[in-house]
Amino acid sequence: MRVSVYILVMAGVTYLIRALPFGCFRKKITSKFLRSFLYYIPYAVLSAMTIPAIFYSTDNLLTAVAGTVIALILSFFELPLIVVALSASLGAFLTGLFL
Amino acid sequence: MSRQTDFRKGLVHGIPIGLGYLSVSFGFGIMAVKSGLSVAESTLISLTNLTSAGQAAGVNVIASGGTLAEMALVQLTINIRYALMALSLSQKLDKSFCFPHRMLASFGITDEIFGVCASQTSPLTPFYMYGMILISVFGWVLGTFLGAYAGELLPPAVSAALGIVLYGMFLAIIVPPSRKEKSVLCVVLFSAILSVICYYLIPKLSGGFAVILCAVTASVLGAVLFPREEEA
Repeated sequence: MRVSVYILVMAGVTYLIRALPFGCFRKKITSKFLRSFLYYIPYAVLSAMTIPAIFYSTDNLLTAVAGTVIALILSFFELPLIVVALSASLGAFLTGLFL
Repeated sequence: MSRQTDFRKGLVHGIPIGLGYLSVSFGFGIMAVKSGLSVAESTLISLTNLTSAGQAAGVNVIASGGTLAEMALVQLTINIRYALMALSLSQKLDKSFCFPHRMLASFGITDEIFGVCASQTSPLTPFYMYGMILISVFGWVLGTFLGAYAGELLPPAVSAALGIVLYGMFLAIIVPPSRKEKSVLCVVLFSAILSVICYYLIPKLSGGFAVILCAVTASVLGAVLFPREEEA
């Protein structure tokens, strides 16, 4: 089968998953349960995506832990996203130099 | 706020996303070419899909000569979380977000863009999202192209350290509210514990599906234990 057909199906399904709820849902949700659920969802998604994957993100557990600790400390003090993200990476890189 | 101000704000907020995508998609580019795709095909996939896990799984389906139905089902399973995110974001859109804007901006709902948008306190405007989406797509597509084209040129220590960028950003999004609200902290910890359990005890569960399972369970628990009062 042609690769372009695969790509078309892939992109089409992925777009519809995003566009249908975003484009067609217009009402304000009044249910307290649903509102609470939707409030918590982003944090829960990011948490599940980060733990434990972050520990395997640099090919080395020690450098990853170093980066994670740095990110936790900096984000605790509410530094900007980019500062936290790049410091974590720099920390992992520098730790790698000493291994 | 004017469109230009919104757009510029979105661009600035999207810089860490674009940088993170640049490094992550670099890996995707390498992987796609190794699976037998051309540089153009790999780049086209990134431009039209804008999703890491879904694209990686899609390339596997192509490489193994799977059916189109399998492709559709794999994408649906891995990417269904975007439907939840889209629903969540639909609740905090500015009045200027009419249907055509919604159809256009929905293309850019990714984990990271969603995370940053969801953490904004003011309603989302179309041009704020466009700014963020533009820089993110730019990083994602450029990284894919570079990875596919010149994969092994970057020193391994550098590309390894770049792998943590996006996760660092995730932590920067979830830690501050967890510090302020006990309910968010509980949901975040519960979701992380479930995720660890899934990762080590049910390794066959696909990553995308595991995230849905953990996040929905943790959020239902949060909504039951800590229902939120109406926000202004």
